Amino acid sequence: MTKNLRVKSSEYIDETNRISFKFNGKTYHGFKGDTLASALLANDVHLVGRSFKYHRPRGIMTSGSEEPNAIVQVNPGTNRTEPNVRATEVEIYEGLEASSQNCWPSVEFDIGGINNFLSPFFPAGFYYKTFMWPTSFWEKYEFFIRHSAGLGKSPTSNDPDIYDHRNIHCDVLVVGAGISGILAAKNAAKNNFKTLLVDEKNELGGSTIFENNEFNKIDNKAPSEWLKKEIEEIKNIKNLEIKTRTSVAAYHQYNYLLARENLTDHLEAKDKTNKIRQRLLKIRAKKVILATGALERPLIFNNNDRPGIMLSSAVKKYSEFYGVACGNKNVFFTNNDSAYESALSLYNKGINVEAIIDIREQSESKIVKKIKETGIKIYWSHSIVDTAGYKRLNSVSIMKLSNDGTSVTGSKISISCDCLGVAGGWTPAVHLYTQSGSKLKFDEEKKVFLPNQSTSEQISVGSCGGDFKIDEIIKNLNHKLKDNLNIKETDLDNIKVEIDQENSKRNIWLLPSDKPFGKTKPFVDYQNDATAKDIKLALREGFRSIEHVKRYTTTGMGTDQGKLGNMHALGIIADTAGVKMGELGTTTFRPPYTPLTFGTIVGRNVGKFFDIFRRTPMNDWHVENKAEFENVGQWKRAWYYPINGETMHQAVQRESKAARESAGILDASTLGKIDIQGSDASEFLNRVYTNAWSKLAIGKCRYGLMLNEDGMVYDDGVTTRLGENHYIMTTTTGGAANVLGKLEDYLQTEWPELDVYLTSVTDHYATASLCGPNSKKILKKIIPDLDLSDENFPHMSFKEANIGSIQCRIMRISFTGEHSYEINVQASYGKDLWKKCMEAGQEFNITTYGTETMHLLRAEKGFIIVGQDTDGTMTPIDLQMDWIVSKKKYDFIGKRSLYRSDTMREDRKQLVGLLTDDPNIVLEEGAQIVSELNQSPVEMLGHVTSSYFSPNLKKSIALAVVKGGKIMMGKKLFVPMENKNINVTVVNPVFYDEKNERLNA
Amino acid sequence: MFLINCPYCGERDQQEFKAGGEAHIERPKQPTELSDDEWAEYLFMRKNIKGVQFERWNHTHGCRKWFNMVRDTSNDEIKAIYKMGEKPPAQ
Repeated sequence: MTKNLRVKSSEYIDETNRISFKFNGKTYHGFKGDTLASALLANDVHLVGRSFKYHRPRGIMTSGSEEPNAIVQVNPGTNRTEPNVRATEVEIYEGLEASSQNCWPSVEFDIGGINNFLSPFFPAGFYYKTFMWPTSFWEKYEFFIRHSAGLGKSPTSNDPDIYDHRNIHCDVLVVGAGISGILAAKNAAKNNFKTLLVDEKNELGGSTIFENNEFNKIDNKAPSEWLKKEIEEIKNIKNLEIKTRTSVAAYHQYNYLLARENLTDHLEAKDKTNKIRQRLLKIRAKKVILATGALERPLIFNNNDRPGIMLSSAVKKYSEFYGVACGNKNVFFTNNDSAYESALSLYNKGINVEAIIDIREQSESKIVKKIKETGIKIYWSHSIVDTAGYKRLNSVSIMKLSNDGTSVTGSKISISCDCLGVAGGWTPAVHLYTQSGSKLKFDEEKKVFLPNQSTSEQISVGSCGGDFKIDEIIKNLNHKLKDNLNIKETDLDNIKVEIDQENSKRNIWLLPSDKPFGKTKPFVDYQNDATAKDIKLALREGFRSIEHVKRYTTTGMGTDQGKLGNMHALGIIADTAGVKMGELGTTTFRPPYTPLTFGTIVGRNVGKFFDIFRRTPMNDWHVENKAEFENVGQWKRAWYYPINGETMHQAVQRESKAARESAGILDASTLGKIDIQGSDASEFLNRVYTNAWSKLAIGKCRYGLMLNEDGMVYDDGVTTRLGENHYIMTTTTGGAANVLGKLEDYLQTEWPELDVYLTSVTDHYATASLCGPNSKKILKKIIPDLDLSDENFPHMSFKEANIGSIQCRIMRISFTGEHSYEINVQASYGKDLWKKCMEAGQEFNITTYGTETMHLLRAEKGFIIVGQDTDGTMTPIDLQMDWIVSKKKYDFIGKRSLYRSDTMREDRKQLVGLLTDDPNIVLEEGAQIVSELNQSPVEMLGHVTSSYFSPNLKKSIALAVVKGGKIMMGKKLFVPMENKNINVTVVNPVFYDEKNERLNA
Repeated sequence: MFLINCPYCGERDQQEFKAGGEAHIERPKQPTELSDDEWAEYLFMRKNIKGVQFERWNHTHGCRKWFNMVRDTSNDEIKAIYKMGEKPPAQ
């Protein structure tokens, strides 16, 4: 039976709204306003998880996003399940289910717990050391290790939720809505700065909102009362947008920040549907005010990880904010005054406090005196040397601490307790600050890293800037705001603050035990089970850099990124190695501050929006006629058109034969098209293509090859001269954008004197390529009044014509070797044009063909495809295309590189044709080519770049690049495959119609 | 993510831009007159400084104009931006 530890009503908990939820299959009740952690604690449940390595029972330690232990699987087994969620951040709702992670069969009885007893055998680097021998066994070990490791389970079905992205531009972004953040936001907004205030919690006010130290006063009021008034006031300020449940994940350069806004995670399932679950805010802020506060540190002592051991500040928050007592017999362990505030908070609510153990010798503060009056026993100069209780703390043992703090003396006292609040001082949350690239400095007196040199317009205010007391906070906030926002007065000028001035602290990074150090378990990183022993071992083994120690021991590498223990790790390293902490530096804080879901990161870009598809104007026709598609860049191109269940091979064979025997039609709309105009257009083409362009007559087309400045083939295509100063260039489908970019680059930077204008018109035109011996007859039917004679409209020329009232540009050019026409119309007429061609071609059995047949047909002709037969290392000479390289032109892009000693080598890989001795064997593209079979190692001469079975030649053909291939015609080579060696012969790459007779057929 | 002040469009997010390598490397006017080594110097040799570097950038998803930027590569501080053809600021 569980007890109810709800002790007092809280204004943040709605006790009229009772909520039931399940944890590990058992039903519990909490109230609206509870987190999963506070509701479990109210039900006296501390044991919520098992640790990663030793499977030790672990409880709730904190009340915020820094929680290392209480990480749970939310809604297990559903498609909304999420692993590694901090129970301290989950707001409960009716129907919530959660379960513990990293335990089997249950958190109460976990078989992995045996690791705890075997722990002497699991030191830092255990896996590296143990499973390395023999090397080849690693894969087998890994299988078992992976199986037993891992925190939580990913969902196995699609995420039903919607995620969103939003860009925000603001003058001032304030991160954190504690007292500093609220005052900063208020003064920024009131001075006409467009301000955004974000906080990861659902309530504003940070920790001041439940501040109860009666010795602290603002304007004669308790700070919590005073702040509530301020919060009411800022809710109505124009210019100020407030976002709660919004956690800043990353702070990049130039004040660019990413935040996750949580919109539905706290709602019941029925209220979640059709709403945006989380939104990624992409914030550009002119100024950033970090008010991220500070995280309380634990103390590092033997067995400091048992369920029931919590941060003192968390014990206080659970009591003040949630009205929950974390235990019936509470003890505090501290090195400063914070624990006394917590103890007083419990005392005032009638919750039993057994004792306070303080490692200091004395404190004269008012709050300590007050505690003394209550009669709570204080053990000065004492330290906890051990704790007891497996699944729940049941006692602590304390001993007197030596003067230097390195050992304990005297007799051991045992104190029975079920909750221990630990207060080790405060660490400013500088994570976001350092993510921005700004540098920290170690403050020897306060024992904290503080902001030092900022790289952007930003300030850190409040405790993240090193001010821990309310008077300091307000004083420093005031002049930081005036300075940074350039304002003369603020409403902080006249605030009267009274505080308890005493503020002593005794910092000992690792507390001693009466047991030998080797027999103790002082945990530094709770989630990853890294102890002070592991850190010392790493140092003994020679690790010096903090980054190396971190990786070797995994300290700070959990999902909590070591928010609690990193400072202790640094302190222990510094003490052990005898260096100063300031010199040691810190490990790098990386985004995200708290984990982000993948859904938030991708936002709306899921499913068909994951990557943009481009479709041609004829696409609907291809879909209706059952085309298979392939992706070419972002384009969806018709690949082949299977009929009656044909395989791709069968379809391609049929399409290829039809195109050569009668007529074929291809959707060529995806080819890149660049409109080039200007009085220097001809000169420009002369400089970018390898061949000469000045003499190309108006109305004629020419094939061009474009090189990079290094002499390697970059792109190719046909360019047509439409007028004196007007050309249209076609590029490869995939190269279109890059070619335009490259041409613009040369025009703007190298040749700004040229009068040339470039416009991409790829999407403006639809192109149907009509080919085959009957293509002329089909075109004649479509445009009867156009003279299609070879005299009037020869190969490589261009005509403007009308199909009915539709204007079109027709180029008589061929990529298949057949007589063919490319008809271009305004994109919106593309589908009509296509249908007209199909209709006119019906009597000639016009056959649609896709990209695969196009590739086969051009391979029969030995035409290259840039990017398939070339790979950025092929010159035109390597491609046996010397004919297209002008000898007369003084210069063109890449020309000089063709005369470098390396590009002139004769044993470069060169394009050749390959025929298999057995005409039925089709080579695999990418297959390697050798000249010797009985040699090892054998030199790889080259590889197959294109390979098909040609239905027109009735044999297998291939293009390949082979070292020195040009002079190998007729030579026998081998293509060794897994099961056989294929004999091939080097031939001319033009397999079909070498004399180009069919172009005019 | 930098905030880049395009000389033609004003401040824009870095994702609208493309970096184009070291600036002020002029394409030789008479490449054929150059030795292999001299041509290779132009073609391949680029500085990669930790510190202040002169770079070319292009506003790819904006005005598509090229311009020059002076950037400290150690902290990504943009020191100056100027148009193509303009003189670089004195260091």
